[in-house]
Amino acid sequence: MTTINATPTPASAPAPTASAVRQQVLVLYLGTSALDSPVVGWSLYDGTGRTSPTTGDSDEPPYETGLAALCDGWRLIQAAQLIPPYPGHEYDVSFLKHEFFFEKLVDLDDAGR
Amino acid sequence: MTTTGEHLLSSVQMAHFVAHGSLRMDAVVPAEMNAEAMEVFAAGIPPVPYGTPVPEAYPEGSFMRRLVEVPEVAGALRSLVGLGPHIDHHFVHVREPYEGAAQPLHGDAIIDVRTDAFDVQLMYYPQEVTLEMGGTLSVPGSHLRRTNESDTGRYQNLRGQSRLVCPAGTVVFLHHGLWHGGRRNDSGTRRYMFKIRFNPTVRQRRLWDTSDLSDPRVADELNTVFPWYEHATGRLELYNRVLLWRALTGDEGFDLDHWVTRVSNRPQEVPA
Repeated sequence: MTTINATPTPASAPAPTASAVRQQVLVLYLGTSALDSPVVGWSLYDGTGRTSPTTGDSDEPPYETGLAALCDGWRLIQAAQLIPPYPGHEYDVSFLKHEFFFEKLVDLDDAGR
Repeated sequence: MTTTGEHLLSSVQMAHFVAHGSLRMDAVVPAEMNAEAMEVFAAGIPPVPYGTPVPEAYPEGSFMRRLVEVPEVAGALRSLVGLGPHIDHHFVHVREPYEGAAQPLHGDAIIDVRTDAFDVQLMYYPQEVTLEMGGTLSVPGSHLRRTNESDTGRYQNLRGQSRLVCPAGTVVFLHHGLWHGGRRNDSGTRRYMFKIRFNPTVRQRRLWDTSDLSDPRVADELNTVFPWYEHATGRLELYNRVLLWRALTGDEGFDLDHWVTRVSNRPQEVPA
């Protein structure tokens, strides 16, 4: 098992564990339930600790569609279920419905960190 | 007509508020008041009990009283919540230099399901706000979504979001349900924002200057679709907006593109 080398870790990042592979998680909110529909919202969580994505840090999405993320190597973990509205709540609006979770595994020992 | 009356919102502006959930007024507070505000806010403002009438919360001559009496501010407040609103609460928000964290996207208080009334939050920026200073993030058109406080914290960015950059003296009025949050301050300047939430004490119906109620730009504003809306849910947003406009105007026949009329059509006439 590989261990973390001496590269400084941001103070906010959790202490490294034995594996040198970390997960980056991308959440894309799409315009419809189709994976190739346009991105309307996005969030990114970086398990390498190298970056600190946060609320309101960009006006431009990382990909135009969910499919574009797949083409760039992101692996789809989960898509939101389609749940019919409860009777009487057909016109309610609430959370974004079409949420897709992606992951990318990053080797901390890779060059260019 | 009073000074306040001269600054009532128009129907087009009200329609903008109903669609966007906010109304922005750039640099409406005079420079000398902005300078005074920086000292007042640095010293701190004590809280007032929830539901305090404005004259009790803000004595004559106090900075806060003069702020809500700035003609453009007073006119907008009267248009949105009417005369005699109560102060729900107020708070000086401070974003420290290089503080390293943003607020999660949230709505204030708890989930609020009123469809024929709303509170208004005044946000006042006494200094120029640059993008790096982490001006308030808000999501246009999110105010009718039934979400609770920071349950939306997972959403980092949405297409068409507003990252406030503004001149000193800017005031923004928010519908209570609007998703918003203080962005991370990546500058070396401490940023202030003073928020006051107002509870109406009168029915919010035709409180603004309604002389332009039939202006086609009213429907144009209400028909605004935001880039972050999902295709199908975006239509529900228009539907709910029509209901709010009907509540505000008392016009039960108002519609946009037949959305509400179509799905509430229940003909009662029996064929001969």
